[in-house]
Amino acid sequence: MSKTLLMQGNKAVAEGAVAAGAEFFGGYPITPSTEIAEELSALLPTIGGTFIQMEDEIAGIGVALGASLTGKKVMTATSGPGFSLKQELIGYAALAEIPIVIVNVQRVGPSTGQPTAPAQGDVMQARWGTHGDHPIIVLTPASVPECFRLTVRAYELSEKYRTPVILLMDEIIGHMREKVQLPAYDSIPKPERKKPLGPPEEYRAYSGAQTDLVPPMAAFGQGRRWHVTGLIHDEYGFPDGSGKATQELLDRLFAKINNHLDDIVETEEYRLDDADFALVAYGGTARAAYAAVDLARAEGVKAGLLRPITIWPLAEKQLKALGGQVKHIIVAEMNRGQYVLEVERTVAGRCPVTLYAKCNNEAIAPAELLAALQKAKQHTGGA
Amino acid sequence: MRQIRLSGTGGQGLILAGIILAEAALLDGRLAVQSQSYGPEARGGSSKSEVLIDTDPIHYPKITLPDTVLAMSQEACDKYTGDLPENGLLITDSLFVARLPDRPVKNVFSLPITRTAKEQLGKVLFANIVALGALVKITGCVSAESLKKAVLARVPKGTETLNEKAISLGAELAAAGG
Repeated sequence: MSKTLLMQGNKAVAEGAVAAGAEFFGGYPITPSTEIAEELSALLPTIGGTFIQMEDEIAGIGVALGASLTGKKVMTATSGPGFSLKQELIGYAALAEIPIVIVNVQRVGPSTGQPTAPAQGDVMQARWGTHGDHPIIVLTPASVPECFRLTVRAYELSEKYRTPVILLMDEIIGHMREKVQLPAYDSIPKPERKKPLGPPEEYRAYSGAQTDLVPPMAAFGQGRRWHVTGLIHDEYGFPDGSGKATQELLDRLFAKINNHLDDIVETEEYRLDDADFALVAYGGTARAAYAAVDLARAEGVKAGLLRPITIWPLAEKQLKALGGQVKHIIVAEMNRGQYVLEVERTVAGRCPVTLYAKCNNEAIAPAELLAALQKAKQHTGGA
Repeated sequence: MRQIRLSGTGGQGLILAGIILAEAALLDGRLAVQSQSYGPEARGGSSKSEVLIDTDPIHYPKITLPDTVLAMSQEACDKYTGDLPENGLLITDSLFVARLPDRPVKNVFSLPITRTAKEQLGKVLFANIVALGALVKITGCVSAESLKKAVLARVPKGTETLNEKAISLGAELAAAGG
């Protein structure tokens, strides 16, 4: 039975994890993500799952990766300081191809920063926080219902592509409460990773033979031997020091994501059809952007919003098209300008791209974006 | 759209009050968004809880222009009433707020919220529900029935009668005027 509730974003993430079939949480609570751990500590035991509060954030993702290797869907959740600590094992998950959903509810940084204040300063860290070239999928919810939906989606992508998926939230969305209608959880298909079919002795955990380049993943303890390492490895998982192995493995890791961008990359358009001026905003900032678009339209500025839902990989196709359509793009974000650099690079001069940034503990307000849109219109001269 | 700010000190139950108010709005068949800001302290420090109520979807989750501010501490009254327009409504707890904003606000109710909770219900912790009773009586932002339902759904078992009493005591304070 579906149910309608006033719910907090963080709680909706916990509910989404359970709805997707997650059975394990390992982590260390930290504001403003704590409610995710708190909720799952109550929910998971009721469905036969396991919640472990570890000694720190590193151990939290470590045990979660171990549980994932046994075939479970797993989660860890944190905020900036903990996200920094988890970076090494995020790289391990990317290279060893271990599905996991990692939630980062962003707060003001760097370091301990402002624990209870919103920011979006971890956008680049979510992409490149762990060392070395690696693909990553990052989703950013902008509402409480979307916290639920994208948590389920994060499991779908993580299991399908055998990859870590980051749910990049911010304090605004994590802590706000609004109406959500939760479907019956048995109506939600439980994402499952591809299981090996052939004889156990022929199992290759890192075979590139599949057309989608995602090798089937055997659960530990169920009859197939394989080796898991953070070293570059061969198809069986054993270290291979050759240049050929390095090139082939990295090529496959990137291709398994990049060959499926149409499946992975999700954006939303709001009143963009005839827009001359576009906002690009994500997460909590997008909430101000919807309102600013409405205010601008009421004042005769043809404005619209492109909202990246999948923030990584970059929505290059959509951003290029937007650059060709509008006269000016304003990227709004609660940091000193991170995503704007990628938008600029992608739009590549098709239209001017400017930044509206703010990092003073406060959310960007609709009136600020309205003023930015009006200024852009004046600057363009008419339209 | 109604834009209501509940402010005071951490530990006074104002975040819970905001949640209850938003849940009452949903029970009325409207939409609501509740958010809060607070410091890292578990108790003490300024705390504010904001509730937006509308029939249309609410995009921006924070207050842009409050119509009602509840101030349950002097610091909150100093800090969180600056953007209240002249025709706005200010409700204060007279036990804690001695100094009102030094600009004109038309509708001010200085009510003995915490004193009433302590003297009539035996515990200051009912102050948030007394305040909700008063605020809903004055503003009509949610129906009295939905407020009662929402309060009873949130409070610990065994405290229902006292909480119902808290709502009516708040309403009586409001009716007695400011």
